[in-house]
Amino acid sequence: MDPLDIARWQFGIITVYHFLFVPITIGLSAIIAGYETAWLRTGNPRWLRLTRFLGKLFLINFAIGVVTGIVQEFQFGMNWSDYSRFVGDVFGAPLAIEGLLAFFLESTFLGLWIFGWDRLSGRLHAACMWLVHLGTLFSAYFILAANSWMQNPVGYAYNATTGRAEMNDFAAVLFNKVQLVTFPHVVLSAYMTGAAFVVGVTLWLMTRARTNEEDRGMYRSAVRTGAVVVLVAGLGVAVSGDVQGKIMTDVQPMKMAAAEGLYETESPADFSILTIGSLDGSREKFSVRIPGVLSFLATGTADGEVTGINDLRAEYRQTYGQDPGATYYSPDDYTPVVPVTYWSFRLMIGLGMAGAAAAVALLWATRRRAGPVGRVMVATGMALPFLPLLANSFGWIFTEMGRQPWAVFGLMTTSQAVSPGVSAAVMLISLVTLTVLYAALAFVEVRLLLTYIRLGADPPAPDAGPDDHPGDPADRPLAFAY
Amino acid sequence: MELTTVWFGLIAVLWIGYFCLEGFDFGVGMLLPVLAKNDTERRVLINTIGPVWDGNEVWLLVAGGATFAAFPEWYATLFSGFYLPLLLILVALIVRGVAFEYRAKRDDVTWRRRWDLAIVVGSVVPALLWGVAFANIVRGVPIDADLEYVGGFFNLLNPYALLGGVMTLLLFLTHGAMFISLKTDGPVRYAARSLAVRIGVLAAAVTVVFLLWTQVETGSLGSAAAFVLAAVALLAGLLAAAAAHEGWGFTGTFVAIALGVGGLFLALFPDVMPTSLLGGTSLTTTNAAATSYTLGIMTVVAIVFTPLVLAYQSWTYWVFRKRISVHHIPERPAVAARP
Repeated sequence: MDPLDIARWQFGIITVYHFLFVPITIGLSAIIAGYETAWLRTGNPRWLRLTRFLGKLFLINFAIGVVTGIVQEFQFGMNWSDYSRFVGDVFGAPLAIEGLLAFFLESTFLGLWIFGWDRLSGRLHAACMWLVHLGTLFSAYFILAANSWMQNPVGYAYNATTGRAEMNDFAAVLFNKVQLVTFPHVVLSAYMTGAAFVVGVTLWLMTRARTNEEDRGMYRSAVRTGAVVVLVAGLGVAVSGDVQGKIMTDVQPMKMAAAEGLYETESPADFSILTIGSLDGSREKFSVRIPGVLSFLATGTADGEVTGINDLRAEYRQTYGQDPGATYYSPDDYTPVVPVTYWSFRLMIGLGMAGAAAAVALLWATRRRAGPVGRVMVATGMALPFLPLLANSFGWIFTEMGRQPWAVFGLMTTSQAVSPGVSAAVMLISLVTLTVLYAALAFVEVRLLLTYIRLGADPPAPDAGPDDHPGDPADRPLAFAY
Repeated sequence: MELTTVWFGLIAVLWIGYFCLEGFDFGVGMLLPVLAKNDTERRVLINTIGPVWDGNEVWLLVAGGATFAAFPEWYATLFSGFYLPLLLILVALIVRGVAFEYRAKRDDVTWRRRWDLAIVVGSVVPALLWGVAFANIVRGVPIDADLEYVGGFFNLLNPYALLGGVMTLLLFLTHGAMFISLKTDGPVRYAARSLAVRIGVLAAAVTVVFLLWTQVETGSLGSAAAFVLAAVALLAGLLAAAAAHEGWGFTGTFVAIALGVGGLFLALFPDVMPTSLLGGTSLTTTNAAATSYTLGIMTVVAIVFTPLVLAYQSWTYWVFRKRISVHHIPERPAVAARP
């Protein structure tokens, strides 16, 4: 096997895996902080119970997110050392700042939140979770700025002497136009994902037979709040995604053409919901098409011209010369793997829209306080968490595969980026080790999550009775301990 | 001072922070089967680092990120060159981190035994391998003219580097025992204190040999001063612990690790990764560095945010300053009710 293939598979597997946990962390931290704040404001024990219940699920999820994040940072140097040499001057800065601003904030204040129930005042305790959430947003901002630079390199100059891209405008890197729309798109989809998780969990608890009347009301409230967040965030995801499509058409037209499998330039261009046949444009057996929609997605008008893959390929050959990645991607030089981009684009949009639709259906199904929820609706609720979660994965697969053969668009191909000194055998050891380890962790994590979901929220704390531990308050058992 | 020198210093500070902080985390993890006789005592040990271990580990992430940004060539050569040891460290840190969070989540002996094993192995492996890695960096490894590491895996397992690994392992064991004696109460506290002194003597012996060896091979005047002070701090810490001054004992190992790591960086300077090949090229603070523009921006960010980070991390240690003993451990760990 080619080291390049192995390195790419590893990047894909561990990044998609890591990003299953990240959006739940971003979304859920905000929801938990919101419930804790609601509890402080109203004193309603319901909000405290939800805070603590969701907090437990959050920690089970967060543990895997944190440890898999270490690999993310290390693997640039391990598997992609030529990439690191080439872009370090630009790409390293947001990564370092992410650590300093975001990771310290998240880890320190989460530790305070977990162990600080009896050490901090209520407001300070809630503030800790808000700071964790702020940390997740900082983290998202800087890592997305780094990724956006790979999609649309700005604020740099190529230095022929050092043979690398060197930063000359940090503000341009931070406020890259791709970044300004990618950040809201990703963060809103994270809110959608976190809220969908809450809806799925609490709907199941709400509808199971042994849940009592009081708890049913509490879970119903969480279902409805979650569904509203899914819906509102989902609309934001759609709007930001639409803007993103137009910017993509501008800076990476090949990605948009590959999203549709559009080989010839068209005006107006249709959007196919599905195509059966060969995707190289030579044979098409069957397709369902909506006229003008691709034009609208790409340009904002129903009859706008969308440049096809063939024209772009000719143009890129002109601009960049012979495709440096041609041996790897030949014969479709400068072209991503179209079936992957075609289907991941559709799955991203389709699953995201299905998630928002499910939220609407669940809001309707739970509209009456005492009304029963039908089986189909319960099943919809169970499926809901997976819809945005998978949409996120396909979104990343689309945006990264759609950039190929480039690692940094127009500057460096993926085949130039891989570590030249690392053998295929060593990379394979890494790929297999991490994949097996991650699979085992997923197994343990899901089982633990299910156990704690089944337990449900703890019953309301009894009113403070006679103190079991008279004497020094410092001698009481900890409110939380590992 | 040149920005490249400033950043060499800052990277050194980040690694010092990492080893001083996660060093005792590793020690606590390794001492789990030694100092704890039952599950409650094991939980006492784990809870001494419970609120802080993750924040301590971030020092590593920032050190890695800062190296990427400030010295991209160093980051690229080091991480691709030391591939397998780093992979082992990654796997260890992954299972160890998950173990802390998951161990108490089930009241099941087999479950907890497995996670205990993960904590112990996940602490031993990095405690040993970081020393091996740093010793190799200081000693020099085969780097060709294209700045690629060409040494392979077994080249990293030379006597000097292995001694470095044994040194960090023993130092972190001592440091962890000091931390436990400072943070617990009851029998564990006294057992930890006496163990700290006993392992500490061995650690001191190995450390002195390793630092002498380093000083003879690559030392400078600065590194000599740092090494001497590190040895003094370590011995003072051990004496303090022997005299039942736990705070000073922990301070001693903390300062010793800081000065020892600092001395290694001083011995390294101005190289960041010297080559041992005749026709090879050493990576230096100059040829491995990012542009002065990038370093300038990073300097501003570091000046603004590092004090903030230090302030709130110190505050965490203040919040959780109380000693923990067996009667503090609640029966149901993860489902405790609010008081």
